[in-house]
Amino acid sequence: MTVSCVLFLLIFYVHASAASAEEVRAAVASNFLATFHEIAKIFEHDTGHVLAISSGSSGKLYAQVQHGAPFDVFFSADSKRPRLMEQEALAVPESRFTYAVGRLTLWSANPALINGDGQTVLSQGRFEHVAIANPKTAPYGVAAKHTLERLGVWPEVERRIVQGENIGQTFQFVYSQNAQLGFVALSQVLSPKINGAGSRWDVPVHLHRPLTQQAVLLVNGQRNQAAVAFLEYVKAAKAQQIIERFGYGVEEKPHANE
Amino acid sequence: MDVDWGPLWLTMQLAGVTVIVLLLVGTPVAWWLAFTKSRIRTMVEAIVALPIVLPPTVLGFYLLVALGPHGAIGGFWKELTGSSLSFTFTGLVIASSFYSLPFVVQPLHGAFESVGKMPLEAAWSLRASKFDAFLTVASPMAIRGFLSAIVLGFAHTLGEFGVVLMVGGNIPGVTKVLSIAIYDHVEVLEYTQAHILSAVLLLLCFAILTIVYTVNRRLPIHVS
Repeated sequence: MTVSCVLFLLIFYVHASAASAEEVRAAVASNFLATFHEIAKIFEHDTGHVLAISSGSSGKLYAQVQHGAPFDVFFSADSKRPRLMEQEALAVPESRFTYAVGRLTLWSANPALINGDGQTVLSQGRFEHVAIANPKTAPYGVAAKHTLERLGVWPEVERRIVQGENIGQTFQFVYSQNAQLGFVALSQVLSPKINGAGSRWDVPVHLHRPLTQQAVLLVNGQRNQAAVAFLEYVKAAKAQQIIERFGYGVEEKPHANE
Repeated sequence: MDVDWGPLWLTMQLAGVTVIVLLLVGTPVAWWLAFTKSRIRTMVEAIVALPIVLPPTVLGFYLLVALGPHGAIGGFWKELTGSSLSFTFTGLVIASSFYSLPFVVQPLHGAFESVGKMPLEAAWSLRASKFDAFLTVASPMAIRGFLSAIVLGFAHTLGEFGVVLMVGGNIPGVTKVLSIAIYDHVEVLEYTQAHILSAVLLLLCFAILTIVYTVNRRLPIHVS
């Protein structure tokens, strides 16, 4: 028993050091999760490093990092929290960059429900519940709320709103048809599992503030070579193509300052 | 400091309604469990106890599917009333009833068992009907069991979180219960509000449990 244990550890050690594989602990905003998995797969294949992925709303992940969660990199759904992390010395200075620009879409699992523009569909009211992410914690929730206000339908639909704890749960409410429609990330609808099924209305970008999604290297990960390598990998063409394929916009210049 | 007390009131309502539903459903079940000789008794006992050991996510996931417009319960409800069950107060009552079932059935079961059949058989021999015997003989004797069932069912529903998080949809005044409100406050770093609401819940639960233990000690076992 003991012998096999030692043997196992030895083999494991030898294997690990031979590939000089390191683990990157990543905190990822829910909307980016499907895309992140895709990038992680090819990164792991190309480099031999391993990613340990935690996902949730940006607000929760931010609070977790503040309270000492051991993450190496943080992929937020906004630019506000990465910037705050820089100011609070939780992130490595100058490591912040825009990895994607999110697109919001009004989606229904029912292929017939969304048959026109969002304003018409929402004001016709042929639904009981419309799901949005919690605007207090999730940037996609803020964008959804702004969109409803700009469309002038907020007062009518307010009572029918159900809130997901993050965009992942919001999507799941709509997917399970507990809510007939909802504001989710376009990337979720374009993910391989859904592949664009159902009906949707892509929200014009001028209806809400841009969903500039930024990532940072956290102080925890500054000595982790794999974490540094991963962030560079995300900026490179191979990863950016995947990000675009999932319905995100990408920025031309790698360092966005706003 | 702005503290929204709506969730507290909603939580009390939810716990109250759930306990009433569970007393109506749970009493016959507990009675049956206490006196049946049926072979499926152990199976029913195990089913009743499941919510104690199952993670709330399992219950929440099944309920989400079942309460949805195409689910077994939600579909039936939609036929009946024309509206769906998910994200409604009624939906939460159903969810809480599953979640708190063992906390009502088990104390009752124990109480009925310890009362035993003897006093009932005496009542029957005096020509009391079965139902009458239950109300006038067994129930008063099992009063500790009822008290524990009510209090534990109520308190356990107050503490519900995972299931509501999965099936509630966080609607103020409808499904945003106290535990969810606290979670929200913590998420956005509103620690003062989280502290106040948490302290209220802590004191409330402590008071409830203290009262029940005190009363339980003083209550006579035999009520004439």
